[in-house]
Amino acid sequence: MTNWIKTRNNTKLNLADIPELSINELRSEIISSALRPVGFFGKDWGMGRTKLFVILADDKNGELYVSSALFGAEEKSYECLTNEIPAFHIFEREFYEQFGIQPLNHPWLKPVRLNQDEYKFFEMNGEEVHQVAVGPIHAGVIEPGHFRFMCNGETVYHLEIMLGYQHRGVEELMLSNPSNQLAESICGDSVIAYNTAYSQVMEILKDIEIPQKAQLIRKAALEMERMAIHIGDLGAIAGDIAYLMGASVFGATRTLVINTMLEFSGSRFGRGLITVGGVNYDITEDKLQRALKTLEKVIKDVERMTNTMLKNSTVMSRLEKTGTISMERAKEAGLVGMAARAAGVDLDSRFDFPDKLLSELQIEKKFFKASGDVNSRFKLRYKEILQSYSIIKKIFAKMKDYTNDKICTDNNTGLSQNSLAISIVEGWRGEVVHIALTDDNRKLSRYKIKDPSFNNWYGLALAVRNNGVSDFPLCNKSFNLSYSGNDL
Amino acid sequence: MFDTLKSRIFQGNQFIKDIKNAPMREQFRGFPILSENYECDEKICPTGALKTNPLSIDMGKCTFCGACERASNAVKFTNGYKLTSSDRNKLIITPDITYEEYLKSAVEIKKEITKMFGHSLKLRQVSAGGCNGCEMELNACSNVNFDMGRFGIDFVASPRHADGIVITGPITENMAYALEDCYKSVPSPKLVILCGACAISGGIFQNSKTINREFLEKYPIDLYIPGCPVHPLTFINGILSYIQN
Repeated sequence: MTNWIKTRNNTKLNLADIPELSINELRSEIISSALRPVGFFGKDWGMGRTKLFVILADDKNGELYVSSALFGAEEKSYECLTNEIPAFHIFEREFYEQFGIQPLNHPWLKPVRLNQDEYKFFEMNGEEVHQVAVGPIHAGVIEPGHFRFMCNGETVYHLEIMLGYQHRGVEELMLSNPSNQLAESICGDSVIAYNTAYSQVMEILKDIEIPQKAQLIRKAALEMERMAIHIGDLGAIAGDIAYLMGASVFGATRTLVINTMLEFSGSRFGRGLITVGGVNYDITEDKLQRALKTLEKVIKDVERMTNTMLKNSTVMSRLEKTGTISMERAKEAGLVGMAARAAGVDLDSRFDFPDKLLSELQIEKKFFKASGDVNSRFKLRYKEILQSYSIIKKIFAKMKDYTNDKICTDNNTGLSQNSLAISIVEGWRGEVVHIALTDDNRKLSRYKIKDPSFNNWYGLALAVRNNGVSDFPLCNKSFNLSYSGNDL
Repeated sequence: MFDTLKSRIFQGNQFIKDIKNAPMREQFRGFPILSENYECDEKICPTGALKTNPLSIDMGKCTFCGACERASNAVKFTNGYKLTSSDRNKLIITPDITYEEYLKSAVEIKKEITKMFGHSLKLRQVSAGGCNGCEMELNACSNVNFDMGRFGIDFVASPRHADGIVITGPITENMAYALEDCYKSVPSPKLVILCGACAISGGIFQNSKTINREFLEKYPIDLYIPGCPVHPLTFINGILSYIQN
């Protein structure tokens, strides 16, 4: 692959080192590589030109491949990739929306975040076919999005999802006022993952290395976030099948985890904990011991409740074979993270793009027998809670070696010139990708964020096909995708 | 069946008995105390909540990130979690305001409100660009720990069943229409409650080009509940202080 520059996670490149191909060349390179896209975005290149950057991931070898293509002021279209690799569909739609360069013959050039009113939804005709429209304001206390079901009686033929209601222009704000607080507010349920990715990108661009202790605290917080949300989601799934005992117990147990986070950082979701250069708050020995005790109780409660639930036939009849997505479909649609793992696609950037710390802590990927249905996503969450707990225990044990160490280094250095930095962090939903470009003046010139939900929303649409429309809330909760992370 | 019962017995009672005096962990960043004896730089504040000449913090803009507290002794966040006010201007805290004084004057109790909603208040929540932080905390209000339903306060699915709306998020352009539609669908008399820094002032997104806050100029606001995100105790106590006397 000579037309690519090979790199790894948490590294930076000189913009001058990134190969510039013609779009047709780049297109055939992408198709022949058969790798997964993690970045496919444009940047205004002056004089009406647009540069398209493509970042592909080789998950088996933990490598990233970067290349680019320049569109002249007159070039406003290219032959789309989606027909060859369906996983590109959403990336190409976004690129078209942001830069107006049309992917020709794209099967479904629907808006991503803007102009929802102008889009004409798919329609089906037939005597018994009808549509159910939901949203943007939903029944519960959740974020806005519009769902349109095409049903035959109770059965869903197809679900169309329209998002963008949460669009706050985060990528533009990142250029004018980049801050940890903004990074935390992009997606409020993945505070640690987003803030870690943002901080890592800035640290790479500033050439600073953070203390080992700060690394450990960040990792522990990330796993605690995973635990807390997964426990909450187990409760939400229980609530959606009207198993209220589960909803109550998991709800109360989640409170214990996030209150521990409150002790660590002053916020139940870990806001204010991570900063560029390290972390703001130290986890002292007594806090650590208290946390261990609490988490031990949490795990006991979760184990007991999960096993009770999984033994219950009325629970299992709702979870099994509901909202199934096959491995082939998941791969084709380009699903990532937890949703992909539950369908048997083995993607976990914690292990695929490992850092030094992970091998020091001797944490290994665990095999999960996936079946792709709600049951699979339920069980995977449970397994991940247990795994996160064991990781946290290892991290806490290691923290003793660094009792009096610094937790933050000086972060007042400037950014490198003309660089591109990539950081991928495995949040509880999946890979959170932050990419930053800088210009001659050491200022951010482009900031690109990719939430795992960006890939996975289409997976939800595929999963509900041929299910009862009343099972939609259950399917939705089992994915629990982010609206704000997708809409930015 | 027996396993389920066993789980139930094992859990015991989880609810917080006295929600009005519930203890809060000392690390929580709540009501700020200011001191003029120390220097501080207002540029450190990511949302412009901190002003230095004269010294003040606008809790309607503050994300309680703690950046100013870590940089200077001029600001100290206490664990006081009752932050709600019915007057936007009262959210601006100056060095002479103590927590006790704030609690006495922040919420103006109106007879017609306590009479109308004192025993039952059904709310429709609208997320208009919220990051899911406030939404998760509002969901937590109804869990077994905080159990907001025991005071007659609930979130309902339809605006037609609601006595008011709770807005989270900075109100994006794309949600402006749906929000107004929802407000119009709530039968009068109705309350509008702004929840979190984003809803009250735009918070960290105040400079965004894709937000549209005209709604707030058109309609009267009853209650401001600061936080980022709003803690369930802040929310429940805020509502209670407004509807109960």
